[in-house]
Amino acid sequence: MKSIVTVIGEDRIGIIAAVCTELARLKVNILDISQTVMQTYFTMTMLVDISRCDRSFGELSDALTELGGREGLSIRIQREDIFKAANRI
Amino acid sequence: MINSSEILSTLEMIERQHLDIRTITMGISLRDCTRHSAEHTAREILDKIRIAAAGLVRVGEDIEREFGIPIVNKRVAVTPIAEVVAACETDDYVIFAKALDDAAHEVGVDFIGGFTALVQKGFTASDEKLIRSIPDALAATERVCGSVNIASTRAGINMDAVRRMGEIIKACGNNAARLVVFANAVEDNPFMAGAFHGAGEGERVINVGVSGPGVIKTALEQCKGAPFDEVADVIKKTAFRITRVGQLAAREASKRLNVPFGIVDLSLAPTPAVGDSVADILEEMGLERVGTHGTTAALALLNDAVKKGGVMASGHVGGLSGAFIPVSEDAGMIRGAECGSLTLEKLEAMTCVCSVGLDMIAVPGDTGAATIAAIIADEAAIGVVNNKTTAVRLIAPPGLKLGERIDFGGLLGSAPIMNVNAYSSELFIARGGRIPAPLNSLKN
Repeated sequence: MKSIVTVIGEDRIGIIAAVCTELARLKVNILDISQTVMQTYFTMTMLVDISRCDRSFGELSDALTELGGREGLSIRIQREDIFKAANRI
Repeated sequence: MINSSEILSTLEMIERQHLDIRTITMGISLRDCTRHSAEHTAREILDKIRIAAAGLVRVGEDIEREFGIPIVNKRVAVTPIAEVVAACETDDYVIFAKALDDAAHEVGVDFIGGFTALVQKGFTASDEKLIRSIPDALAATERVCGSVNIASTRAGINMDAVRRMGEIIKACGNNAARLVVFANAVEDNPFMAGAFHGAGEGERVINVGVSGPGVIKTALEQCKGAPFDEVADVIKKTAFRITRVGQLAAREASKRLNVPFGIVDLSLAPTPAVGDSVADILEEMGLERVGTHGTTAALALLNDAVKKGGVMASGHVGGLSGAFIPVSEDAGMIRGAECGSLTLEKLEAMTCVCSVGLDMIAVPGDTGAATIAAIIADEAAIGVVNNKTTAVRLIAPPGLKLGERIDFGGLLGSAPIMNVNAYSSELFIARGGRIPAPLNSLKN
């Protein structure tokens, strides 16, 4: 199942490393990454495949929120469908 | 792949502009719950809802979590109770309202609608009993919503029912916030207080209502001073996006609960939160305050454009589908009412071009039952003649006067007490009988 991870926060060294390490630990496969820094704000969107993840969606979401709390970032995971629905005919 | 700007704009809609699913409402037929004894019937009602809606709240929460979209309410709508319990040997229908309330608490839904009678042409004995029970039923429950349909384009206006509902609204006090009087009520409305599971519906159904006034307001901020063609276009495109999210939630809920998908209601439902207001959209079009001259035209455009955009985004559209203008539930409407720009008369004019009617309006506590009934009659006439649904949800809080404010809490918000015409409608309402159905040709 494809999902979108968004990471937003103050830019600093090691954000991508921290997020990717956690995703690897959770057995989430990263399919695509797009990242920008606007002024000092870091924004990253990732397309991921969670079909090999052995946690429930809720647990996965909690783990990422927890990581966000530790790292001072806002990290979300949402099913890809909502973005398709809201943007594509 | 979806690109970053699409992802970020969707997040912005949800987090900053209050896009949410207002309600996932499960309609449940109670037609098989009728027994002779009232106690037995109440038990059957409780059991049926308990089983039928068991997974509703959990599935709603799962969808919320997985898609990252808030689902503000989960609700249940049932077959009009006056029809379900007509065979029971009892005069007091409060027992059935309590069963509904118990069921709502057990399955964890926010509201349950269907303490309802349809009397547009006349009353059955059961309708009479239900209407008489409404004040006690609402007082004895917390989540039960009631509605009475008193008029339709085919039947005309039942003025005996209108008179009765004026008295009932008075007797309900502040609980009247959970009671709505309809003309041309629809059978698949997911919104409260008027939701019920109509006669043409199946065993169970999932209906969804969305909310996104803030998203439309923000989109309009980008086209300041532009002609109305452009305004309509922006609203259509935004309504499309909002409704697609509603359709997605409806489809998911339907699949996971194994309950057929009914409709998405295209209404733009506001909340009392700042930035989630229909009035703000109208003001963004260039009105200094909602209620001033031009408000009806602005609302007509909004209502039409929302439907045009939404209808393409959903497989099935129904319910009330239009912009809601509840006063207490919309920060901009409250502001307009408090500064005197928005009056009851202007609200009545606005209801001619949008759904659904005079909604969540507080009038002085000493307003007479005949005056309330006459307000209902006016609103019903608008619905009946124009072939649309209209409704009245008025509250006359005991002891409160013009200039004071009543707080309902939560989604129901708070309302300033609004002025009503001081001249009497007593003799008009005392006549009773029926206002005949209007001619549907020779239109001018």
